Amino acid sequence: MTAFGREEDRSVTTGPIAAAKRVRRRGLFDTEPMVRVLLIEDDPAVAEGLAIGLRRQGHATDVRHTGEDGLAGVAAFDPDLIVLDLMLPGIDGFEVCRRIRRAGNLPVIMLTARNEDMDVVLGLEAGADDYVVKPVQARVLEARIRAVLRRTESAAPAGRREVHGELTLDRTALTVLKAGRPIALAPSELRLLLALSASPGQVFSRGQLLESVWEHPYLGDSRLVDACVKRLRIKIEEPDRPARYIQTVRGFGYRFGPL
Amino acid sequence: MTGPLARLRGLRVRLASACLLVAAFAALATAALTYREARTAMLQRAQDSVVRSVRDRVEAVAPSVPFPPDQAALERIVALVDTRGNTDHWIVAAGYRDLWATTDRVLTPDAIPTALRTTADEVTAFQRVEREGVIWLAVGVPVTFAKPLNGVLSGVQVYVLTPMRAQMQEEAALVRAARKGAIPAVLLALVLALVVAGGVLRPVRALQRATRRLAQGRLDTRLQVKGGDELADLARDFNHTAAALEQHEARLRTMEARARGFAADVSHELRTPLAAMAAVINVLDEDAAAEHLDPDTAAALRLVSAETGKLTRLVDDLMEISRFDAGAAALHVDELDVAEAVRRCLAARSWSGAVTTHLPEGIRAEVDPRRFDVVVANLVGNALRHGAPPVEVGLGTERRADGVWIVLRVADRGPGLAADTLHRVFERFYKADSARARSVGSGLGMAITLENVRLHDGHIRAANRSDGGAVFTVELPRYARIEVTEDA
Repeated sequence: MTAFGREEDRSVTTGPIAAAKRVRRRGLFDTEPMVRVLLIEDDPAVAEGLAIGLRRQGHATDVRHTGEDGLAGVAAFDPDLIVLDLMLPGIDGFEVCRRIRRAGNLPVIMLTARNEDMDVVLGLEAGADDYVVKPVQARVLEARIRAVLRRTESAAPAGRREVHGELTLDRTALTVLKAGRPIALAPSELRLLLALSASPGQVFSRGQLLESVWEHPYLGDSRLVDACVKRLRIKIEEPDRPARYIQTVRGFGYRFGPL
Repeated sequence: MTGPLARLRGLRVRLASACLLVAAFAALATAALTYREARTAMLQRAQDSVVRSVRDRVEAVAPSVPFPPDQAALERIVALVDTRGNTDHWIVAAGYRDLWATTDRVLTPDAIPTALRTTADEVTAFQRVEREGVIWLAVGVPVTFAKPLNGVLSGVQVYVLTPMRAQMQEEAALVRAARKGAIPAVLLALVLALVVAGGVLRPVRALQRATRRLAQGRLDTRLQVKGGDELADLARDFNHTAAALEQHEARLRTMEARARGFAADVSHELRTPLAAMAAVINVLDEDAAAEHLDPDTAAALRLVSAETGKLTRLVDDLMEISRFDAGAAALHVDELDVAEAVRRCLAARSWSGAVTTHLPEGIRAEVDPRRFDVVVANLVGNALRHGAPPVEVGLGTERRADGVWIVLRVADRGPGLAADTLHRVFERFYKADSARARSVGSGLGMAITLENVRLHDGHIRAANRSDGGAVFTVELPRYARIEVTEDA
């Protein structure tokens, strides 16, 4: 790593950069594109360790230590992705996540010190796309970041629009319309919808979806899938009616349709 | 008390029998005494009346008989005393020295008991004799003559035998009456005895029930104390004991919770600094691999990196165990293809080549995928580390009374487990071989495996194969006890 790279990364860490100035850069050691990561973590040592690790992967980082500060950082730093600790002084991670979701569809990876079931469930319901459990190696976090971001980078042929009932999917522009109105979907929700709708009527097990959408192990935490399906249904299904698009196949998993 | 045989010797039966015995004895004794008194009085009356009338008759007849009497005189006496119609069925006889006269041909002097004859020489006497199966009353009266003996005993005796048929019938009626009275009395006593025994035993039974509840771990069991008898004292003692036990248990639980909480707190506190260190060990690894570093520095970096990794795994496992201890571990079941899950688990760790599998298709079960993965990975990892190849993983189902079970066997061809360590392999930080004390695992792997299996309501066993090597058997119910995670 060059002295220049270090200097610039440090400046990113210490002072927010205006969104307008943002330019895509590449990591110094690998060929993956650089990612702007906003790290919201109250423990200074953990924050610094993660920031060092992320910078080593060639990412620009901004570290915030409280929920309020973190929300301010979303506007000021204009991140590509947020790594969010759940236990924060002031506004906690769940609330931060909900506010980020209300404002837009920034990918959120939650960081939990305790792999406690309620934390994970609540975090996923608040709209987090994925989670990692501390202590986490920078390499593992990097893999999760890549996986979450890959969801939004589809390589479908341009201009192809699919219509399923009231839903219109554009796999290139990555837009979803319901009855002509655009629906805001978080990256994991969009990726799940695209994965299921790619083969309407085919049943996908939770393990398969974990692998294809989250790049988790097949025998991973199926709550990721269930929570994401729940969030997706709220957005695309009619309330108080049986699910039409994302259907549960008891004992096997989920399928798209048949409509 | 267990079987019906033991029940027969139960307290209730013993108490009831004792009551019944007392009641029966009282009833029988009363009946017997009453019968005896009544019989004596009845017989006395009958004898008195017979004796009196015989004496009256003899006194009336005697003056008209000459002395010394001859056979004819005796015959007359007999005939006069035996006034048929007045008294029924009298047999009258009279004797003087060798002379003998009687109204009944077959009655010989021998039929009169010697004792009666001796006594009747001087005073009126009577005796009961049995003759031809009938009880007779034999009365002997000495005859005195006014002249010429001046009231001196004459040596003439008159005997009257009268059958006691009426008395016998009355006696039989008495016995019947006594029996009729005694049997219902004894039966009534039996009922009362059972009721009384039940009443006495009610607190005993309450105590028995309470003791069993206490033994089942319900330490808040208390008895209602009624009255001031010995049983009430016992109930009070029981309550004191239960209270003391409850207190003691609560204290132990608090201490245990504190100890477990301490372990959880320690691992939690360790986790934050570790999180910072873990985040940078990849940086250390990369720099240690760079060639410009001093070899010692590079070695030190590698050491710090490796040990941080181990520490991280240890703390992770400690946290996991703490969650089990705190009862915070939850099961998130999904129905999956078990063979597929085992294959995936092995493939994810690049073990597929090192393990021989026998995985029949089409076995589906409700398990927590992540926890199942942990179980398979720990068992196979353990077999690969401590056993010798080939490591075999087998899968099957068993139909039992309580449903279908999934049976997973992980076997190796290593030296097996020493007999005394078989039951200890699931203990925390247990190391079968002290030389292997520093292995790659945290020492909690098998304990976590056990807890994960238990969370599924399953069983796990360690054993040695007859042909060498260790085998671990996991049994999981085909259907989880809780609902499959569904959010439809």
